[in-house]
Amino acid sequence: MNAETKAISPNGPTELKLTKKDFESDQEVRWCPGCGDYAILAQTQRTLPDLNIPKEKYVFVSGIGCSSRFPYYMDTYGFHTIHGRAPAIATGIKITNPDLSVWVITGDGDALSIGGNHFIHLLRRNVDINVILFNNRIYGLTKGQYSPTSEFGKVTKSTPFGSVDHPFNPVSVALGASATFVARTTDRDPAHLQKIIKRASAHKGTALIEVLQNCNIFNDGTWFKYTDKNSKAENVVYLEHGKPLVFGAEQDKGIRLNGFRPEAVSLTNGKYSEKDLLVHDEKDTDATYAFILSHMMDNPNLPIPVGVFRAIDKVCYEDAMAQQIEASKEKFGKPDLQALLEAGDTWDVE
Amino acid sequence: MSKPVESLKEATIRFAGDSGDGMQLVGGEMANTSALIGNDIGVLPDFPAEIRAPAGTLPGVSGYQLHISSFDIHTPGEKYDALVAMNPAALKTNLENLKPNGILIINVGGFKDRNLKLAHYDSNPLEDGSLDKYQLFAVDMNTLTHKALEELGLSAKIVDRCKNFFALGMVFWLYNRTMDHALSLLKSKFSKKPELAEANSRALKAGSVYCEATEQFATSYEVKPAKLPRGKYRNISGNTATALGLIAASQKSGLPLFLGSYPITPASDILHELSKYKHYGVRTFQAEDEIAAICSVIGAAYSGSLAVTSTSGPGLALKGEALGLAISVELPLVVCNVQRAGPSTGMPTKTEQADLMQALYGRNGEAPLPVVAASKPADCFETAYEACRIAIKHMTPVLFLSDGYLANGAEPWPIPKAEDLPEIPVNFAKDPESFEPFLRDEDTLARPWAIPGTPGLEHRIGGIEKEAVTGNVSYDPRNHEYMTRMRAEKIEKIANDIPPTEIEGKKTGDLLLVGWGSTYGAIKTAVEHKQKEGKPVSRIHIIHLNPLPKDLGEILKSFKHVLIPEINAGQLVNVIRAKYMVPAIGFNKVQGLPFFSSEIEQKIDEILESK
Ligand SMILES: Cc1ncc(C[n+]2csc(CCOP(=O)(O)OP(=O)(O)O)c2C)c(N)n1
Ligand code: SF4
Repeated sequence: MNAETKAISPNGPTELKLTKKDFESDQEVRWCPGCGDYAILAQTQRTLPDLNIPKEKYVFVSGIGCSSRFPYYMDTYGFHTIHGRAPAIATGIKITNPDLSVWVITGDGDALSIGGNHFIHLLRRNVDINVILFNNRIYGLTKGQYSPTSEFGKVTKSTPFGSVDHPFNPVSVALGASATFVARTTDRDPAHLQKIIKRASAHKGTALIEVLQNCNIFNDGTWFKYTDKNSKAENVVYLEHGKPLVFGAEQDKGIRLNGFRPEAVSLTNGKYSEKDLLVHDEKDTDATYAFILSHMMDNPNLPIPVGVFRAIDKVCYEDAMAQQIEASKEKFGKPDLQALLEAGDTWDVE
Repeated sequence: MSKPVESLKEATIRFAGDSGDGMQLVGGEMANTSALIGNDIGVLPDFPAEIRAPAGTLPGVSGYQLHISSFDIHTPGEKYDALVAMNPAALKTNLENLKPNGILIINVGGFKDRNLKLAHYDSNPLEDGSLDKYQLFAVDMNTLTHKALEELGLSAKIVDRCKNFFALGMVFWLYNRTMDHALSLLKSKFSKKPELAEANSRALKAGSVYCEATEQFATSYEVKPAKLPRGKYRNISGNTATALGLIAASQKSGLPLFLGSYPITPASDILHELSKYKHYGVRTFQAEDEIAAICSVIGAAYSGSLAVTSTSGPGLALKGEALGLAISVELPLVVCNVQRAGPSTGMPTKTEQADLMQALYGRNGEAPLPVVAASKPADCFETAYEACRIAIKHMTPVLFLSDGYLANGAEPWPIPKAEDLPEIPVNFAKDPESFEPFLRDEDTLARPWAIPGTPGLEHRIGGIEKEAVTGNVSYDPRNHEYMTRMRAEKIEKIANDIPPTEIEGKKTGDLLLVGWGSTYGAIKTAVEHKQKEGKPVSRIHIIHLNPLPKDLGEILKSFKHVLIPEINAGQLVNVIRAKYMVPAIGFNKVQGLPFFSSEIEQKIDEILESK
């Protein structure tokens, strides 16, 4: 236990002066050398000191999978639970203790396969929890079966002739579940990853971060098109609120809408200018626009959006619950156990 | 024109009608009124599985059985003294249990050709003499209710639905009950629709006046108040008692109550009941499924709440994996399982006590946890309270067993004094210097409860095996065995708190009956009858099913025979045989119905005669 940090209290100075070291536990990190998980861990540990939240207020809750080992490596409160159920456990933590900063760490199999039900209901309820979904498009811990984000036709140990399952797109699923904050980033872009973690933490409501993560053992390079220095610029469009969707190494291309369909256009051939492009609006309360963005991933001729798809305000579950409790107390007064036991029709036996 | 009033010591009455006829409502009201005038009561609501089976059919029959008495009783009775049958299907399914010469009140208006056919009657029993051995009162409640409500100008449909209160009015007259409570119930139930309150009140009075005026019945009856111990009483169902027990434990421990649940018959009323008490700080969470329900509860327990989930057998099956996690991380929570008939969906509205094995063993790995079972509707209060106490003191999930019969059944409850309820002390870990996540208390072997938000106690837990003391992940073989034994020993230590088993009857003898759960009333009644006959029979009832009471082995060995009646195919009997090596005899009924005490008496005679 790190006793020195106990001086930090929620009412303490706003500058907590925490460092990355304060978030590193004494447990040896055990992911395969080269795994994308290391980068996500490091960027999280680097970012938390900037959030100015007392250390004891953090709880990291995970399911089962390689990524779900994450809480052991954080010197915060941590709970490594069961496969797919972290959202439900985190919900119980947050709604009974809204003061905590609760983070769910999950994988694509954990969140979208066995935990699909809990995942969508967490987002629907809008509990103020941050979810980091490590998407490596494979089952890592069980050694390489296809996952619900694996491509159709994917050859794996359990699909030697190719998968005949159609994949889920986590961002679309989240938007379909009425998520109020949805973002995508990658394990190989530290600055962006840090920025997104900060945005998610600041968001009041469920915040989903999909991190495109490399599993160099069972699915090496699955996202390289979007993460590699040489190909990234042509294949990724960064979303920034109020800015047009421009991409390309030379910032020479953009995304415009043709009816409901997004298309990539050149900004150099004189036909289109920035004025014709989609301007990113993460505040749009109608999810249609965000859906259109999310489906760009399914079109091989389009770059994939990275950044914050959506960030809207909506009442949080735990706040609505707390309000009901307060209103009830006002209406019915203080608890009186004896009165409760004697409620209704009673009679005396002499 | 006053009629003779005959005094009865007890009476069993059954209301039966179509599921749309409102039999549960009027049966329940007869029970409440009887309880309020001081009778002891036992009830058995018995409803069809379908919410609305086709009207008039045999599967659509809804029944409410009520035992009222001037002495202390323990069951809803067996054969009825009086049966109200609103239609032919209700008559057909219930007549068998009407006593010879019993009172049979029939709504003639419900006995049209179509209904006779639906109930598979070839001839009208009202006309073919088949009911001659009963005191038959055939009354056209449909027409009489319509007449009584004529002036109100209500639709025929609304008027039709008031005939249950006409029937209740008749029963009230027959058993000399006052109408005050029923009238005020109608007023509050229909406070937003005063015309319905008025219509039903008129129907109720009309039923009673009709009996008075027509001299239908030669006598009316009274059942004098029972001589129950002094105190303040209320009528309470098992599910309500469970909910109150949980709130009481929350108040007495100072921990906020959190219930995560997914609706399932017959447990849903616990969720409904607790949802009303937000001003007691109760948080209820209707989860997306049973797995999420228990997981939210694990989160709440981790966070320092008194965390509870309520369910029935199929839901408990889904909770199994998460229960294992709660056992592994040693967090306190309570799982209420209101058992119903299985397997699978089984007979959801019928009772059974067949989840004992699931409760004791239904998890992967070595995963022991304490199990307690309530024995009467009102006892659900104490037993739920006890479950909370054990969970908090010993840092473990606890399984609380009830069943459909207890959940929906009701009885007079001597209301406890809040101040007399035992305190439930809670010690959250605070001190970083002495803290280790799996450092155990010497007496109980419980680990510290360190909740997130406490400075300096940051630590990690999980379902993966933990090193003793530090809680760090460990695959060390010897550590795993050590931890497995520690977890088991921790549960065994709970037996230190279990009071000595009460033996009803002699401490040695020919036959000991061992009961658990809702068979309490039937076994107690049977044993009391046999003891009165001078038979060498004794009885114990087990509340703590894991760990079992320390004195149990001794007691079992003091009797020649041990008989264990259960509403299952033989579960506790196997546990007892295996653990104590005694040749206990199982006595089992698996019909979705509670035991009749006469069935147990017969079995007792059989054993005593065969020796
Ligand atoms: C109830 C249950 N079923 C199956 C498993 C086996 N299992 C563990 S992790 C996993 C898949 C993990 O994949 P993913 O969530 O993508 O995480 P990754 O390991 O790739 O980080 C499976 C199937 C389990 N632990 N529990
Ligand atoms: S199997 Fe893949 S995801 Fe798991 S630790 Fe190794 S590289 Fe990372």
